Amino acid sequence: MKPAVVAVAVAVAVAAAVPFWVGGLYYVNIASQILLYAIFALGINVLVGYAGLVSLGHAGLLGIAAYAAARILGGGHGHLAGVVGGVAVTLVASGVFAALALRGSGLGFVMITVALGQIVWGVAYRWISLTNGDNGITIQGRPRPFGLSLASPPAFYWATLAVFLVALGSMAVFVRSPFGASVRGTRDQPRRMNALGYHVWMIRFLAFVFSGFWSGVAGVLYLYYNQFVSPQAVALTASAEALLMVIAGGTATLLGPIAGAALVVVMKNVASAYIERWNFVLGAIFVAIVVFMPEGLVPGTVRLARWALARGR
Amino acid sequence: MSALAVRGLDKSFGGLRVTSSVDLEVEPGERRLIIGPNGAGKTTLFNLITGELRPDRGAITLFDRDITRIPSRRRAHLGLARTYQIITLFPRETLLGNVTLSLLGLSRLRWNPCVALRRQAGLVARAHEVLARVGLESLAERPLAQTSYGERRRVEIAMALAQRPRILLLDEPFAGLSTEERRDVLRLVAGIPREVTIVMIEHDMDVALDFAERITVLHFGEVVVEGTRAEVVAHPRTREIYLGE
Repeated sequence: MKPAVVAVAVAVAVAAAVPFWVGGLYYVNIASQILLYAIFALGINVLVGYAGLVSLGHAGLLGIAAYAAARILGGGHGHLAGVVGGVAVTLVASGVFAALALRGSGLGFVMITVALGQIVWGVAYRWISLTNGDNGITIQGRPRPFGLSLASPPAFYWATLAVFLVALGSMAVFVRSPFGASVRGTRDQPRRMNALGYHVWMIRFLAFVFSGFWSGVAGVLYLYYNQFVSPQAVALTASAEALLMVIAGGTATLLGPIAGAALVVVMKNVASAYIERWNFVLGAIFVAIVVFMPEGLVPGTVRLARWALARGR
Repeated sequence: MSALAVRGLDKSFGGLRVTSSVDLEVEPGERRLIIGPNGAGKTTLFNLITGELRPDRGAITLFDRDITRIPSRRRAHLGLARTYQIITLFPRETLLGNVTLSLLGLSRLRWNPCVALRRQAGLVARAHEVLARVGLESLAERPLAQTSYGERRRVEIAMALAQRPRILLLDEPFAGLSTEERRDVLRLVAGIPREVTIVMIEHDMDVALDFAERITVLHFGEVVVEGTRAEVVAHPRTREIYLGE
């Protein structure tokens, strides 16, 4: 067997065994959070890393999925309708977001995504009859796919892991595909891509929708994890945090967004138990990453490891 | 039927008229040279032909097909390819990756998100062929960022050749090259078969003179002189404008 295959198999086995070695349900829940944010960050990375379009409105998409699923469930429909409906609504919203944001480029694109995210936040906060405003929406219970209850933290973790592996697999296929090359091409030389016969706008639009799809999936997982959604989920800070996960971990890499999600979630949950000013620590870590590994944690570590190996010889 | 015909083309940037009632007719298989001093509107003319700029007035036809209103990406599919004066390549890709992107641009495969690009044997083989044609086969796996300027100039041409164009627009393909490199590129361009019509912009008349059959002289956005090599060289206006005599 190839070393890469062995490495992946070992990683999956270790990840699947988390509930047995992590020591406590609290930490199993943290692991679930890492995975669901990793799915979100992988989705954002399609846009930020591969398409070179920075979005500060993706929490809006995650929130739309969570709110839509919560409303569908609240209307007495089943979990299947909730999941499919939540993701479908997010796909449509991504299309609208993309069509509007792609009117601009560079900073203009970023600002439009901020504005769109803020509109979602405004709706979540003020349109009480739709979103229950500041009080948010609580849902009753998690789904039972194939008769397996996801109520316990380990069961929910395994379900999230399964979805995460599909997301990661889809990314691995995407980046190696001709379409993945098309997306990267529009990031590096849009003018040449156009002259070569590519439909740059459509490629970016589809990348946005693909990114929105995984944001929607993350949103549904977010809803089921918390069994609650409130305007906090769609705040600008949530978008910024997710963007920081991608940038800190390493844009346009497969593992970077996962490392970034793990860093932020661990700091938020674990470090905050010991240090009151954990936000300050997180900020300091980001500054350190930017100074010492401007390309992100994963590529930066690879670079340092290579350097160390070369010196060791 | 002409391969490329431009009629009454006008383009202004604000108050600056960069293309002024330009008429141009290039026969199939012809080698046309466009010369003119800096700011004469040569590259603007290319940008209008490829559709990167929209003309204010006038018409452009490709093998008798009116392409004036066709988006520039569609023009590539109709057999129009160009190179850039300022190198416009993909620095993070290998040379093979660059040429593959060029091939992919005309293939339906470019929309496919499910297969591995490296496994598309036909595409990869053709990319190797094109690299061999410009003499860069041995550098196929090298990232573009690690190649010399002269090599990148040849990749520019490879990108255009890969699309098997019917009309090839070369924008100063010798810019910034040493005498030796110029000779290599000239040999490469001279080796392109006759089914490809070539229009070349060259600032330096000496290099490309042997290559051209007909020459068009642009000055302040206007066609000042047009004719065979001998006619244009002998024309007093050419000497006045271009050679500064």
